[in-house]
Amino acid sequence: MATISIRDIRKSYGKTEVIHGVSLDVADGEFIVIVGPSGCGKSTLLRMVAGLERISGGTIDIGGRVVNDLEPRERDIAMVFQNYALYPHMSVFDNMAYGLKIAGKSKDEIRQRVDQAAAMLQLEPFLDRKPRALSGGQRQRVAMGRALVRNPSVFLFDEPLSNLDAKLRVQMRLEIKQMQRSVGTTALYVTHDQVEAMTLADRLVVMNAGIAEQIDTPMAVYERPATRFVAGFIGSPAMNILKGSVSGSDFALEGGGKLALGVEPVETGRPLLFGVRPEHLQVATAENAALSLSVTAVETLGADTLAHGTLSGANGAGGELIARLPGSAQIAPGDTLPLTIQDGMTHLFDAETGQRV
Amino acid sequence: MEKRVTFDNRLLPYLLLTPQLAVTIVFFFWPAGQALYQSLLLPDPFGLGARFVWFSNFEYLFNDRYYLQSFFTTAIFTFFVTLVSMSVALLFAVMADQVIKGAGAYKTLLIWPYAVAPAVAGVMWLFMFQPSIGVIAFYMKAVGIDWNPVLDGGQAMTLVILAAAWKQISYNFLFFLAGLQAIPKSLIEAAAIDGAGKWHRFRTIVFPLLSPTTFFLLVVNIVYAFFETFGIIHTMTAGGPGQSTTILVYKVYSDGFVGQDLGSSAAQSVVLMVVVGILTVIQFRYIERRVHY
Amino acid sequence: MVEKQGIGTVLMHAVLIIGIGIVCFPIYLTFVGSTLTHFEIIRPPMPLVPGPHFIDNYTEALTSGITAPVGRMLFNSFVMAMGIAVGKIAISILSAYAIVYFRFPFRMFAFWAIFMTLMLPVEVRIVPTYEVVASLGMLNSYTGLILPLIASATATFLFRQFFMTVPDELVEAARVDGAGPLRFFKDILLPLSVTNIAALFVILFIYGWNQFLWPLLITTRPEMNTIVMGLKQMMPTADDYGNWPVTMAAATLAVLPPVAVVIFMQRLFVKGLVETEK
Repeated sequence: MATISIRDIRKSYGKTEVIHGVSLDVADGEFIVIVGPSGCGKSTLLRMVAGLERISGGTIDIGGRVVNDLEPRERDIAMVFQNYALYPHMSVFDNMAYGLKIAGKSKDEIRQRVDQAAAMLQLEPFLDRKPRALSGGQRQRVAMGRALVRNPSVFLFDEPLSNLDAKLRVQMRLEIKQMQRSVGTTALYVTHDQVEAMTLADRLVVMNAGIAEQIDTPMAVYERPATRFVAGFIGSPAMNILKGSVSGSDFALEGGGKLALGVEPVETGRPLLFGVRPEHLQVATAENAALSLSVTAVETLGADTLAHGTLSGANGAGGELIARLPGSAQIAPGDTLPLTIQDGMTHLFDAETGQRV
Repeated sequence: MEKRVTFDNRLLPYLLLTPQLAVTIVFFFWPAGQALYQSLLLPDPFGLGARFVWFSNFEYLFNDRYYLQSFFTTAIFTFFVTLVSMSVALLFAVMADQVIKGAGAYKTLLIWPYAVAPAVAGVMWLFMFQPSIGVIAFYMKAVGIDWNPVLDGGQAMTLVILAAAWKQISYNFLFFLAGLQAIPKSLIEAAAIDGAGKWHRFRTIVFPLLSPTTFFLLVVNIVYAFFETFGIIHTMTAGGPGQSTTILVYKVYSDGFVGQDLGSSAAQSVVLMVVVGILTVIQFRYIERRVHY
Repeated sequence: MVEKQGIGTVLMHAVLIIGIGIVCFPIYLTFVGSTLTHFEIIRPPMPLVPGPHFIDNYTEALTSGITAPVGRMLFNSFVMAMGIAVGKIAISILSAYAIVYFRFPFRMFAFWAIFMTLMLPVEVRIVPTYEVVASLGMLNSYTGLILPLIASATATFLFRQFFMTVPDELVEAARVDGAGPLRFFKDILLPLSVTNIAALFVILFIYGWNQFLWPLLITTRPEMNTIVMGLKQMMPTADDYGNWPVTMAAATLAVLPPVAVVIFMQRLFVKGLVETEK
């Protein structure tokens, strides 16, 4: 049983605390992705699970054992590094066999396990080569193979695809997911790329400045972001955020103008943020339009068209919006677009705390 | 490796080269040529002329017991100086790489002996170990060691080896430390996760990855022991007692300047030129094959 | 990393401290020796802590010395070291510039001719070099001390290596701006080379200061002695009484300038070492 239980984990460097109490329970076989911007502490968190950083507070247990004071090799984990960390002076075979040799496995068993992993990752033709004779994608597979053969309780991935080009990333993403499914090992995966996060995760941990802002399934994070940060981080282009407050059953924008709310009104007057994703804005007729967009720029992507503009009736800054419309829409700068909002796809956040209202 | 973009002046490059070429021709090629030429001559006893004798100087040299002895002495000297200075330096480098506090201070305190001239190092070590006045010599005799490098060739050799190795430790330390710090930390972490303990990691990962540095230092140390240690020998033992510390480069000096045997000295110079040539070639061919991560 | 404290940080520090002790002990003892009286030294064991005669011994060393005043010898060493460092850098940077940035007949020949000087340290060609210098009348002179030692190509190599990494676009931009080769050298290349020059200067100064064999051969008058070679002559021999404290004071002084350079210009020194050995 390889569950991971992270309880109120803290990390400080000297007097500065960088991780402020993160808690997470991972079920056996689950694929957890920890995502966030640079510097949010996601790698530090992963490294604390690995034993590469000391824990300043809280506990981590793997498979029921508290591992705070255990060395990395005692934790039954395997890790895939961002820059692969392959031993340059050893062949691919030896790289994968290294951990098994140390564990004292027999030559036959080593041979068998390495061959099995190599087959799974299509590395058979490369077993005798040295890392410098391999491409980036091949090196990454060797790094994964090295983790696979050890048959650990937990896989740890530290931004493994960041050094690969975009096309390779898409392909490797799928391979990683399939590999994890087939061996059923619990996995913790760190990335700053929200697309990777959404496609790989069983559950997501969205981190910002040392705090886990939301831990939930990808769809839940997308549909009901818990904070303004999560709302803006997941989804591209980012969610439109407008400042204002509630008045009656409308949202009164700061610069003027109103939007009809599709949700129950909350106390009036409190400064709030109104959010709606570009893809949830639809072209409507002038009569049933919830809002009107004065288009300033248009980006044609083929499948979609992005219309950048400002809300008519909103004076001054804060009224900028992006709407994602079907590619066939004929729009030009200077147009005025009547738009409606898809039902239930509005979000309200407290302007100060960022929490969902 | 050429520059794509160059200037077109015809005369200027020659002008720029002149100072270095002039110095090189006058103080390098001319004497080197002289050495080659003189090695083929036998000056007559009155110093008035010289006879051309082809390679008989070399023949004589390689049949000379003392010369072959000198080869052997140099080999022993080089071997031990290299072994001692490199292993001690590696030990210090490994320690210094791992301590976090005070690393900078340790580094500074360990590299300053590089600035000491070999000759001065010789004087200092002699001051400590000379049988009549040396402090350490005194305490050695007090515990019963019969210490007299003035008479005992083996002890004299030990002494010069220690002095030469002492001086070279800082150079090796610097390069070993740089080599250690060039190893990506993630490799060490990967090995730790794979189950390797500290010593195992050193043996299977760190030391192999250090091999370019090690090889480079080996060549440099050999060159050092061969040529730069003249000062140590001259100040401490003058090649004695009885030629037991006469290394090849010292013999060139003592035969040429003290013994006034110019033909032999020139021939010895030529032999040494060949040795350096080989070492330089090895060094340059090797440099092209550095390990890349 | 979470690690069991097997060897222990304490032990590591201990090893390093012992190491420093071994490394520093000789010079410590030398310094102690320079503060005692001759009598205290020749009757072992000498004390291991400094004595009271620091001022006396050093004054005597600097003003009268044994063979020549140490002050004079320090001056000679300084002139020689500076001459070698400056001279070598000057001629090397010019030739490196010529070889890298120009195309002309015999270019490769010149390159290899200079390259070959790397193959022979002065110790190997001492007798004939001595004859050449003697025939040029340069014995017992600063020129004779300096010139033969600036012949080798290490600095040229370093500058060539560095120039190869300077982007071609700089030359093109300079040409477009109307700069000729000398302008380019003075206004663009030279400022870019400053760190390399400084690092090389440190190394060459130490190299020049520490020369032993060559000054030994070509100086016959005591007042032209350099401190490093003169030291040997100050040591007591079988037939003379000598003066150990003064000799030790001279040794300490001989070591001070290069050590000061290494310690206070450590970064440049390390850079210079690493660059010249590639």
